[in-house]
Amino acid sequence: MKESTTPGANRSGMAVSPLMAREMLEVTNLTTPSARGTAADALAPRIEYARRAGPAATVPPPASLKELAKTALKALRGHKATVLADKLGERLAFERSGARLYEGILAKLDVHGTWRGGPSRAQLERIHADELKHFLMLHQTIQEMGSDPTAVTPSANVAATASAGLLTVISDPRTNLRESLEAIAIAELVDNDCWERLAALARASGMKELAARFDGALQDEQQHLTWVRRWLAAALASAVGVTASAEEKVRTQLASGSRAAPRRSPIARPRGGGVKRVARPVASAKVRRKKPARRR
Amino acid sequence: MSLELLKEKGTPLDQQRFTWQELAPEPYSKLNVDAFTRVRVILMNGVESDAVRFSHAAARVNRGLVPVLANLRRVEQHQQTLINWLHPADQTPLETALGFEQVAIEVTASVAQHEPDAYLAQVYRFGMLEDFDHLYRFSALYDRLEGKDANALLQSYTDILPGRPTSAEHRAPVDDVRQSYDRKLAHPLSKLNALLITAAEHQTRDYYMTIGPMFADPLARQLYAEIASIEEQHVTQYGSLSDPDERWLEKWLLHEAMEVYAYHSCAEAETHPRLKPIWERFLDYELGHLHLVRRLFEDIERRDAAEFLPDRLPAPLDFKSHRDFVRRVLTRELDLRAVGTELVDKAEVPRASPSNAYREQMNSAGSPSETVAAGWRWMPGTELTLDAVTPKRFGTVKEGLRS
Repeated sequence: MKESTTPGANRSGMAVSPLMAREMLEVTNLTTPSARGTAADALAPRIEYARRAGPAATVPPPASLKELAKTALKALRGHKATVLADKLGERLAFERSGARLYEGILAKLDVHGTWRGGPSRAQLERIHADELKHFLMLHQTIQEMGSDPTAVTPSANVAATASAGLLTVISDPRTNLRESLEAIAIAELVDNDCWERLAALARASGMKELAARFDGALQDEQQHLTWVRRWLAAALASAVGVTASAEEKVRTQLASGSRAAPRRSPIARPRGGGVKRVARPVASAKVRRKKPARRR
Repeated sequence: MSLELLKEKGTPLDQQRFTWQELAPEPYSKLNVDAFTRVRVILMNGVESDAVRFSHAAARVNRGLVPVLANLRRVEQHQQTLINWLHPADQTPLETALGFEQVAIEVTASVAQHEPDAYLAQVYRFGMLEDFDHLYRFSALYDRLEGKDANALLQSYTDILPGRPTSAEHRAPVDDVRQSYDRKLAHPLSKLNALLITAAEHQTRDYYMTIGPMFADPLARQLYAEIASIEEQHVTQYGSLSDPDERWLEKWLLHEAMEVYAYHSCAEAETHPRLKPIWERFLDYELGHLHLVRRLFEDIERRDAAEFLPDRLPAPLDFKSHRDFVRRVLTRELDLRAVGTELVDKAEVPRASPSNAYREQMNSAGSPSETVAAGWRWMPGTELTLDAVTPKRFGTVKEGLRS
């Protein structure tokens, strides 16, 4: 199977057609804009509409205030309760859609296989099960709050709009497992952040039991993120012929601001010939690579 | 209260003006708005789209009408723009498609119940059961692709159930053509109904043809290709209900009357404070168009428009849930099939029916509408709610086929 990193007929760059590119460059001198101004002027309508616009949606009213009074969440009243309901709805929708994203990733694994240091089916199935587990926990929590778990809250809608591209990448049969994992990494980063904030919000509101539930989900998500990062590091390292561990070491150095990190590329081959080769990704098995030049 | 169609003059054409800012109004809220507001926006976009389509077709064969058609068409274009631009950007193409099917079910159900001609009413019920099935298939896609519940948009007004299976709806063109009404004998409402539903279905066809390739998922792309094909069949079916012997100006006048009827229905039913004035304004615009075209018709054709236009508009469309009616039709008429212009029980379809051969060919490599909904039933909050309660491993496709 052909890899996206195999050189091919990509025509998007100007270097593909140097003669016409030269003619195109004349355009910059030929242009006299029909109106004066800058890019900032194009933002004016957005500002104008934003001043008039109401919110894109609002939080549905609690289904049952009686339910709220019965639960551990009775400390929550008024605005605090709707803020929490909005964010719980966001996580619920994200986890539920996350389950569908991981189904797409599983399909990619079934087609493309994995690589050394890449995901196993069992790991992906575990994440898929975690997403459903979190969805169910949130479903119950929202019900306990007297809210409606079938409602799409404003934050859920914003998160869905923001992450629509992830689904496009993963559901596209032309993307491979690595590219799909690049998309899921975005979801996992967001997920980690959001669970952390949700747990903090619950703790700050004096809801220890709820905070503990969210901490549990956060731990799962931390594990997911660690895995996804490792898989991607291994994929990239394997593609350019370095060990995953070397790449990871460099990334850690970069993250901690260490001066030992190379300036040009975080995936440069480390000094010395004792590099242990890792298997190439299955899907890139046919790609021939040049041997990297030996350092003097 | 019914509107006096031939007396109300509306807004004169030269006073029908817009600005670019008006054409891009603040959109409605997809989550807060009543589902029937979305239904009306989708319907009226379809009606205006058809007005423009008709006008271009008329201009191709009526030299003398070209300038006046162009004048009116510009206003219809801007009416359509303003309406279509009411859709919010956070409403995805699939979500809007769910709205299109809700239109096709609830508006067609209203039309079917008010249609005075028994044959035409049966045709509307026949088509409605097919769109009913499309809603089920798109809801399954929405759940399985995105993990989302279609009912969040449909708001429990419309059942999400299989209808006449989409895979069984594929027919040879000859079985999509129906008998038209007789222009001299038909009730005016029959004429308006046929134009209205044709317009709505045509826009549905065009919309699916536009958004189908925007999906990355191959099953979604296949499903849109399949359902767009049925919508094309529906345009053939409903389009054939209008008498082809009507003169161009007669058809034009009827189209304007249909637009008046549709806007009047929307204005009567609308609860959204920002949209109601839009329907009222455009009702006045359409009355202006109607009277301009009526004058043209009477001058050129030397006939009285009152021959076929009613004095008063019929009772407005019922923008409400027709659940009981739809369920009744589902129980009684699910197994109807088309043989030529007739609708018969599937047991009466001849083995040599051209539709059988056509359908077998189209489905020979698999049916997207069956695949997308394999084992699917609507559950509040998606089928994942059940999976979460009784966890099970997500198997491979091979394992799924074995089970």
